[in-house]
Amino acid sequence: MTVTTLDPPATALSPAIAPAPTPAGPLTTAWSVALRTVRKFRRTPQLVLIGTIQGAMFLLIFRYVFGGAINPGPVPYVDFLVPGFVVTSVLFAGTGTAAGVAEDVEHGFFDRLRSLPVSRGALLAGRTLADTGVLAWGLAITTAIGFAIGFSIHGSVAMALAAFGLCVVYGFAVTWLFVWIGLVAGNAQAAQGMSLLVFPLTFVSSAYVPVDSMPGWMQPIAENQPITAMTNAVRSLALGDPSLAGLSGTTAHWVVLSLLWSAGLVLVFAPLAVARYRRS
Amino acid sequence: MAAPIVEAHGLTKRFGKVEALAGLDLVAHSGQVVAVLGPNGAGKTTFVRTIATLVRPDGGSLRVDGIDVARHPERVRRIIGLAGQYAAVEEAMSGRENLGMVARLFGHDRRASRANTDAVLEQLGLTDAADRLVRTYSGGMRRRLDLGASLVGAPRLLLLDEPTTGLDPRSRMDLWDAIRRLVAHGTDVLLTTQYLDEADQLASQVVIIDHGRVIAEGTPGELKSRAGRDVIDVHAHRADDLGAVGDALAPIGTAPPRLDPATRRVTVPVVGGRRTINDAVRALDLLGVEVDDIALRRPTLDEVFLVLTGAPIEAASDDSDVPDPHAAAVAAGAA
Repeated sequence: MTVTTLDPPATALSPAIAPAPTPAGPLTTAWSVALRTVRKFRRTPQLVLIGTIQGAMFLLIFRYVFGGAINPGPVPYVDFLVPGFVVTSVLFAGTGTAAGVAEDVEHGFFDRLRSLPVSRGALLAGRTLADTGVLAWGLAITTAIGFAIGFSIHGSVAMALAAFGLCVVYGFAVTWLFVWIGLVAGNAQAAQGMSLLVFPLTFVSSAYVPVDSMPGWMQPIAENQPITAMTNAVRSLALGDPSLAGLSGTTAHWVVLSLLWSAGLVLVFAPLAVARYRRS
Repeated sequence: MAAPIVEAHGLTKRFGKVEALAGLDLVAHSGQVVAVLGPNGAGKTTFVRTIATLVRPDGGSLRVDGIDVARHPERVRRIIGLAGQYAAVEEAMSGRENLGMVARLFGHDRRASRANTDAVLEQLGLTDAADRLVRTYSGGMRRRLDLGASLVGAPRLLLLDEPTTGLDPRSRMDLWDAIRRLVAHGTDVLLTTQYLDEADQLASQVVIIDHGRVIAEGTPGELKSRAGRDVIDVHAHRADDLGAVGDALAPIGTAPPRLDPATRRVTVPVVGGRRTINDAVRALDLLGVEVDDIALRRPTLDEVFLVLTGAPIEAASDDSDVPDPHAAAVAAGAA
C-alpha cells in the first residue's frame, strides 16, 4: 500500500468542501449583503404595504386637512407640499433602517458577519447602499401618490429628475445616521424611539409650511438645518424657480447647500457607524 | 508538534464592574472536541467571542492555530466558523440562499459556493427544505442551518456557543449527531454549554469555568474521578421514607446524604465500591423501607461541579455574560 497524500489532511467537513483561497473583496462583500437586504424587503410584503399606506395617509392629511389653512403664496399648496413631503419621507424610511440594523445586532446576525474574513466597512456600506435603494423605491411611490392628488411640476422634466436624484443622494447620507442609531441602540424598540427624536426637525423646517409663518425666534433654527436646505433645493427644482417657492437665492445655491449638508452627514455618521461596527 | 488550536494565557476582560474573564488559561490541541462548561455568567460567551475576534481582551494572550488574535484578527477569521446562541440566519431567504451568501463572503466563486452549499445542506439533512424560506423552518432546523452557515467556509476551528440551548430533546440529539459527524471529518470544535450531559456526550476535553477563570479541566472521566467518589443512589418508594433512608445511609457515606424529595432520591458519596452497596442494602433491609431502585454509579458532572465549586450548577446566577449593570449587582451580592 502506498501513501499518496502528502498534504496535511483536509480538515473540512467533507471532501467536497475546501477553504477558499482568499476571502471576498469589498465589492463582493457589499453586493452579497445588499442582496440580502433587498430580498428581505421584497419578501416581506407587509413592510412594503405599511410603508406605502403610512406615507399616503400623511400626505393626504397634509394635503386636505392642513392644506386649506396654509397659504404658501404663488403656487397651490399641493405643489408646495409634495417636494417637502418627499424629503421628510426619507426620515420616515430611516426609522425602518435603524430598527432593522438594531435587530441584526440583537439577533446575532451582525456577529456572524463580523466573524467572517471580510471588510467590516464593506459590510456596512452594502447595507447602506441597499437601504438607499429600498428608500428610492419608497420615494418613487410617494411621488406617484403626490401626482395622483394633484401635484404638478412647474419646471422641466430634467429638473424634476434632478430633484429626485438629489433626494436619493440625501437619502444615502441620512441612512448612515440611522445605521449609526441602529448600532448604538442595540434593540429595535430603542432604535425606533431614538429615531423619533429626529422628527421635530421635520416640522421646524420649510417642508410643510413657509418658514416666515413661524415666530421670529424659531426662524433661524428652521432656516439653518438640513431638511430645510434639502426641501428648498428639491422645491426649487420641482417648481422651476425658487421665487415660486417663496425663496430668495438661485436654484444652484440651494442645490449646492443641500449637497454640502449631505456630504457633512456622510462625513460625520459613516465613520461613527463604521467605528461602532468594528469595535470589539 | 503543531501549535495548539487554541492557546489562551491570562486572558482578562472587564465590562464595567463585571469581570467576564479573570485570567483565563486554556490550551486545546487539534483533534479534540473541547467543551467549555459553566453556569450563566461564567464568561463562556465572552471567551468564545474573544476567539471569534468580536471582543478584544483587556489583557493576556490568545492564539488560534498559532496566530495571535490581537495582531492578526483577519487571519483568525479565515479559519474559524461561529455559530452563536441565536440562529443568525435571514428569515426572508431560503436555506440555500443563506448558505450561499456566507460561502460567497468566505471568498468562494459562484460555482464553489453552490457546491459547498449543497454539500453542507446534505450533511445537515436540510436538502429537502433547502429552497423554503427560513421563516417556515422549525427551531431545530434553524439551528442546523446556522451551524451550516459556520461550515461553508470549511473552518479549521468551529466555535459553537451553546448550540442546543432552547431546543427540544429530539432536535438536540439531531444537532449532536451533526456535530459528531463534523468531528469525524476532522474539524476541531470548541463548544460552550451549561448542559453537563452535552459536554459528556460530545467532548473529549472538558474545561469548567466559573467567574471568568478555569476551575478544572480534563476528560469527562478524569473530572469524575477528581470528585473522587462513587455514588450510591437510592430511589425510595414513598417520599415519607426519605429521611429514614438518609439516616440509614449516613454511616456508609463520606459526606452527608443529599435528599431530593422531588424525585424521591437519596444520594450519598461512598468509597469502597461493591462492599458499600452491600452495606447499604443491608441497612435499608433492616430499616424495612420499600425501595424502587438502588444503584452504585460514577458521579455526574453536576455532582463534580458541586464538589469543585461548592455550589450546585443550577444555583448560579441566571444572568448571561453580556455586560449588564444588573448582572454586576447580582455578582457583587453573590461574592
